[in-house]
Amino acid sequence: MTSSAMTGTYLSEGAGPRAWLLTTDHKRVAWLYLVSLTAFFFLGGAMAVLMRIELATPAGDLVSDDVYNRLFSLHGIIMVWFFLVPSIPATLGNFLLPLMIGARDLAFPRLNLASWYVFIFGSLFALFSVVAGGVDTGWTFYTPLSTLYANGFVSTAAFGVFIVGFSTIMTGINFIVTVHTLRAPGLTWFRLPIFVWTLYATSLVMVLATPVLAASLILIVLERVFGIGIFNPDLGGDPLLFQHLFWFYSHPAVYIMILPGMGVVSEVLPCFSRRPLFGYKAVAMSSMAIAVFGFLVWGHHMFVSGQSAYAGVVFSFLSFCVAIPSAIKVFNWSLTLRKGEISFETPMLYGLFFLGLFTFGGLAGLFLAALAVDVHVHDTYFVIAHFHYIMVGGMVTAYMAGLHFWWPKLTGRMYSETAGRIAATVTFVGFNLTFFPQYVLGFDGMPRRYHTYPPEFQFWNVLSSAGAVVLAIGYLMPLFYLGWSLFRGARATDSPWNATGLEWQTSSPPPPHNFKSMPIVTRPAYAYDMKGLEHERFSPHLEAGR
Amino acid sequence: MSRTESVAFDNPRRERRADTFAMWVFIGSEAMLFGAIFLVFLVAHLDFGPAFAAASKHLSVALGAFNTAVLITSSFTMAVAHMFALHRRWRATVWALLATSALGVCFLVVKSMEYGKEIAEGMAPLLGLPFRYEGPDPVHAEFFFSLYFTMTSLHALHLIGGIAVIGGMIALWRTASPANRLHRVEAVGLYWHFVDVVWMFMFPVLYLINR
Amino acid sequence: MSFGIPFFPQEASSEASQVDALFYTLLAFSAVLGLALTGLVVGYAVKYRVGSPADRTGQRSRNMWLEMSWTIASLIIAFIFFGWGATLFVRRDHPPADALEITGLGKQWMWEFRQPGGQREINELHVPVGKPVVVSLAAQDVIHSFFVPAFRIKQDAVPGRTTHIWFIATEPGHYHLFCAQYCGTQHSEMGGWVTVMAPEQYAAWLNSQGEGETLAASGEKLFRVLGCSGCHGASSKVRAPALEGIFGRPVALENQQTVIADERYLRDSILIPKKEIAAGYEPVMPSFDGLIDEGELQMLLAYLKSLSPQPSAGTKP
Repeated sequence: MTSSAMTGTYLSEGAGPRAWLLTTDHKRVAWLYLVSLTAFFFLGGAMAVLMRIELATPAGDLVSDDVYNRLFSLHGIIMVWFFLVPSIPATLGNFLLPLMIGARDLAFPRLNLASWYVFIFGSLFALFSVVAGGVDTGWTFYTPLSTLYANGFVSTAAFGVFIVGFSTIMTGINFIVTVHTLRAPGLTWFRLPIFVWTLYATSLVMVLATPVLAASLILIVLERVFGIGIFNPDLGGDPLLFQHLFWFYSHPAVYIMILPGMGVVSEVLPCFSRRPLFGYKAVAMSSMAIAVFGFLVWGHHMFVSGQSAYAGVVFSFLSFCVAIPSAIKVFNWSLTLRKGEISFETPMLYGLFFLGLFTFGGLAGLFLAALAVDVHVHDTYFVIAHFHYIMVGGMVTAYMAGLHFWWPKLTGRMYSETAGRIAATVTFVGFNLTFFPQYVLGFDGMPRRYHTYPPEFQFWNVLSSAGAVVLAIGYLMPLFYLGWSLFRGARATDSPWNATGLEWQTSSPPPPHNFKSMPIVTRPAYAYDMKGLEHERFSPHLEAGR
Repeated sequence: MSRTESVAFDNPRRERRADTFAMWVFIGSEAMLFGAIFLVFLVAHLDFGPAFAAASKHLSVALGAFNTAVLITSSFTMAVAHMFALHRRWRATVWALLATSALGVCFLVVKSMEYGKEIAEGMAPLLGLPFRYEGPDPVHAEFFFSLYFTMTSLHALHLIGGIAVIGGMIALWRTASPANRLHRVEAVGLYWHFVDVVWMFMFPVLYLINR
Repeated sequence: MSFGIPFFPQEASSEASQVDALFYTLLAFSAVLGLALTGLVVGYAVKYRVGSPADRTGQRSRNMWLEMSWTIASLIIAFIFFGWGATLFVRRDHPPADALEITGLGKQWMWEFRQPGGQREINELHVPVGKPVVVSLAAQDVIHSFFVPAFRIKQDAVPGRTTHIWFIATEPGHYHLFCAQYCGTQHSEMGGWVTVMAPEQYAAWLNSQGEGETLAASGEKLFRVLGCSGCHGASSKVRAPALEGIFGRPVALENQQTVIADERYLRDSILIPKKEIAAGYEPVMPSFDGLIDEGELQMLLAYLKSLSPQPSAGTKP
C-alpha cells in the first residue's frame, strides 16, 4: 500500500491479500471495514441519487413504481445496516480504541476479524437480494406487507440483516471488554477521551438492542418461510407487535448511529480550538444518558399507528427527555470554542458543519416529539429531512471529520488541505440544498416513499434533487484526494495537529502493537491548556515486558 | 509464563477476567433475545389466555419434565468440570465435559421425539402442514404452537451451539495451556448454565401454564 | 402563495389552526435558538481565530452555574412543548357525540368510503363544512394511513382492528387525501380528494348520488344471508344471545369474566367465536373468518351498532 520507506509500521508488516485477510491487527481490520463500508456507502448513495433524479418531475417517468420502491428499500437497508451502524465504530473505533486507551489491540483480536467476515457473509445475502430482484418493503419491514404481500426477496434481505447483527454484537462485546480491562495505567474512566465514552455507550446499545431486532427478523422469516402467524391478524397475531419489536431495536440503533459521531466531534473541536472540552463530565454522562433513554422511546414512531393515546403521551414525554442530553452536548461544544485559538483545517470545518447540521436536525426532533404536530408530519418528508440531518448531516459529517483528522495516523500521509476544505464546503452546501427543502415539503404534506407526487410539490423537489447532485460531488471528492494521498501524500509527523490523546504519542502510522513502550497517563483528556503535552510519560521498565 | 491467547493482554489472569466478563456481556445480549420472545409470548397469553391454556395441555409434560431433569443434571456435570479444572485434574475435566455434552444430546433426542409426536398429531403449524386440533379456539391454539415451536427450537439451537463449542474445546484440548483450559471451561460453563436457565423459564411457561 | 411556491399548507379544519399555532411556536423557538447558536459559534470562530488579538485570560472549561441553568431551561421548555402537544393530541380520542360517521376501508391501492346514508365513494370523500365527522378505518390487506394534510390529521388503518379519526372541516374546497403508510407497489397512487361542501350542497350532493343503502342496512341483509338471524333471531330454535342493544354493554363470559361489547369484541366474536363465549350459551357458532371480507365485516358491525341506542361509536379507543 505504501512505499517501503515506512518500515516497522503496521502497514509494512506483511503484504498481499493473505496478510490482510487473515490479519488480527485491529488497525488492519479497521481497513477491511473501511474499504467494504465505502463500497456500501457509494452503492446506497447511487440509489439515493437515482431516486432524487426520478423525483425531479412529478410523474414517475424515469423508473417504474416497482423499481422506485426497491430503490428506497435497498437504500435504507444498505445505508442503515451496512453503512451507518458499523460506520464509525468498525472503522475509526476499531482503529483508535486500543490506541486511545494505550492497549496493544482489542481484547479479542480474532473475534474482531471474525466480525468482519460475518459482516461480509451477511452482506452477501443482502447483495444477493439486490441482484436477484430487490426488496420492496422499505427498510422497516412492516408487517403484514413484508410477510404476506411483498413479492421481493424479503427473507434473504432480512436474513442478511440478521447475520450482520451478529457482527455488531461481536464488535460491541469486544469494545466493552476492551474499555473495561485494557486501559493504560493512570487512564481512569474520567480521563478517557469522549470518543471512547461514546464507543462504550454505543457498544452497550449494540449488545442489548440488536438481539431484539434479531428476534423480530427471525419471526418475519419464520412467518414467510414456515407460515407461522405471529404478526398475521388472520392467525391471531398482531401486526403492531412487529412495530413494537422493530422500533425497540431501531430507535436505540439511531443512537448507535449518532453517538460515535458525537465522540469524533468532541475530539476535533477541542483540538482545533486549543481548548479543553467544555463540561467534560456532562458530555460523558449525557452520552450514557442517551444510551439508556434511547431504550425507552420506541413508541414515538407509532403515534398514529393505533396504539393507545396514553401510550403516545408517555412516549412523547420520554422523547422530550432524551432531547435534553443532546441539547446539553450542543451547548458544551459551542462553549468549547470560547477563548480558544481556532484554526480551520479540514477536520475542524467538518466538525463545525456537524455542529450546525446536528442542531437543526435535533430541533426538528422537537417538532416530531410534540404529539399533535407529529400527527401531521409523521411519514412525510419532514421525517426524512429530520433523520437525514442527524444521520447524514450529523453522522456522515462526523465520519468525514474523523477520517480527515486521523488520516495521517491511519496512513502516515497528509492529504491536500485545499481539496479537503473545498470538499467539506461543497458537502455542506449540497447537504442543505438537498434536505432543507424536504422540511418544507413535509410540512406541506408530501408523504414519504412516493414515486409520483402532485405537481405543486415540484419546486422543492427540484431544489432537493439539484442539491443531491452537489452532495454527491462533495462525497466523491475525498475518494480522489485521499486515494491520491495514500501514494503521493506528504509524510505525516506523529502528531500533525499537535493534539492530546495517546494515539498521537505513537508513530504515524503506528507499529504493529501500537506502542514502543507502555504509556502511563498522568493528566485528564484534552489538556490543551496545560504546558508540555508532548511529554506524556512512558514507563521504561514495561518496555522489556513485551 | 505470560502466555496469553490475545496479544492485547500481558498476563493470563487479566485475560481470564476479561473472558469471563465478555461471557457475561454476551449473556446479557442473549437475555435480551429470549426476553423479547418471552415478551411476545406474554402479550399473546394475556390476550388469548384460555386458548393458550387449552393448547398447552396437548404438550407432553412427562417428556418436558424428563428433559428438565436432564438439563439440570448437565448443569451439575458442567459445574463438576469447572471444579476439576480449578484443581487442574484435566482428565476428569474432560470426562465431565463429555458427560455434559452427552446429556445435551440426550435432551435434543427427547426433544425431537416430542416434535415428531406433535407433527404426527397435526399440531405443527409449519410449512403448510395441516393443523388438526380438537378443542376450543383453534386459531389461537395454532398461534400457541407457532410460539412453542419458535421458542423451543431457538433454545435447541443454542444448546446445539453449546455442544459444538464443548466439542471444539475438547478437540483443541492438547494445544491449550492450563490457563487457557481453565478460562475456556469457565466461559463455556457460564454459557451452558445460561442456556439451562432459559429452559427453566420455558418449561413452566409453555408446559405448566394454567394446568 | 408567493410565485406559486408552496410554503405553508392550507388550513381547512378546526384542528389545523391549533396544530399550526404549536408548529409556528416551535418554528420560532427553533429559529431563535438555532440562529443564536449559529451566531455564537460563528462569532467565537471569528473572534478567537488563530492570531486574533482577543483577550483569552480567565478561561474555564467548566461552569457549574451555566451548565445547571441551561439544563433546567431545556427541561422547562421541553415540558411546555410536551404538554401543549399532548393536550391537542388526546382530543383525538374524544369525538363529539353528534358526529357524522363515515366508514373508510383501505385496500391495495384505493380508499373506499361509505357515507352514513350508504352512498359509496372510491378515492373521493365528500364532507359538509362545520360538522364533526368521524371516519372509522379498517384495512383489507396491509397497513394504510389516512392522511389529509390540509386537516393536519393522520391515522393508520390496521388489518384486524378498527381505528378512528375525526375532524371538523372549516373551509369548503378540494383537498388532497394521501395514503401515508407505505403499502406496496402503487402506494403513491393510493389517494384522491376530500371535497368539503357547504351543508346544503352536501345534502344536494348526497341526493344526487341516489338513496344508497346504508351500511347498517347492508349489514342487516348480510345478517340474514349469512344465516346469523337463524340463531340470533328472536324466534330461532338454537339458543344464541340476542343482539339487540348489545353494543357498548357489558357481557358476562363463560369464564366468569366480563367484557364490554366494543368493536374489538364484536369483531372477534364473528371471526373467532370460541375466544370469548357468553355465559350460559353453547360454543356452537362457526367462525366466519375467511368467509367475509373486511368490507362485509364493517357492514355487520354497523348493523350491530345500529341495534343500540348509543349515538356514536367513535368514542371507543
